Amino acid sequence: MLLFVVGAALSLAGGVGVVAAREAVHSALSLLVVLGALAVLYLTLAAEFLAVLQVILYAGAIVVLFLFVIMLLHAQDPERRPSPVGAQWALAVPLGLLLWAALTYASFGLPANVRPAPRNFGAVESVGRELFGTFLLPFEVASVLLLVAIVAAVVLGSAPARPRVTSPRERVGAGDRR
Amino acid sequence: MTVPPQAYLVLSAALFTLGTVGVLVRRTALILFMSIELMLNAVNLAFVTLARVHGHLGGQLAVFFVLVVAAVEVVVGLSILVHIFRTRDTVDVDEIDLLRG
Repeated sequence: MLLFVVGAALSLAGGVGVVAAREAVHSALSLLVVLGALAVLYLTLAAEFLAVLQVILYAGAIVVLFLFVIMLLHAQDPERRPSPVGAQWALAVPLGLLLWAALTYASFGLPANVRPAPRNFGAVESVGRELFGTFLLPFEVASVLLLVAIVAAVVLGSAPARPRVTSPRERVGAGDRR
Repeated sequence: MTVPPQAYLVLSAALFTLGTVGVLVRRTALILFMSIELMLNAVNLAFVTLARVHGHLGGQLAVFFVLVVAAVEVVVGLSILVHIFRTRDTVDVDEIDLLRG
């Protein structure tokens, strides 16, 4: 119970931080808080393997990737300038509350008590058996998807961003060097 | 489990809503990505909760595949973002309007 309250409070605070932080770095660190809190909640829901994956994959890989890109871009904050679309907060917050109410309403009707989880419910062994049994085809498709992502990252990362327009003088200089 | 599963679902709904509001109001493309990650995590929490309620591992496997797709999405999205920044010098999604009719 205590774990749930602490985890829920931390993840909600982190979520507000992601949305409301001025700097992108603060958003990324708030996202890290959310991911850690959710990993703890997974543990309380008998999903040990997913909790470990959450820490390794999300906190270890994705947030680090975000931080690297923030470091590379160090763009000035576009939100300092007035928005060309107008004040979106005023409309977005009531609509968000409406969405939350609808989603909460949709979650009614669950049984209040659940049976204790069977042994090894979310452990590596049972998840692995299910993954390589029932979900073998999606697993293979996921590997193809990862391959496509690798190829895309290499192509996007190595191609020059804009075709360099070289002036005639530069071209002469390059010829001289050759 | 002393906490009713509904509490987890309400928390998941709240996180999803926060992510939605973030996508609606922020204009830095990086923060939009992070808000999308927030929404994906909210859905993951709902999956794990329902897997626990129904005593079936399918929900946890769904989360596994969501993790894979999220990693792919972030890699490709961020490299596109770096590309855009190199050519247009901005990450403001309101300025990236080449396809506007």
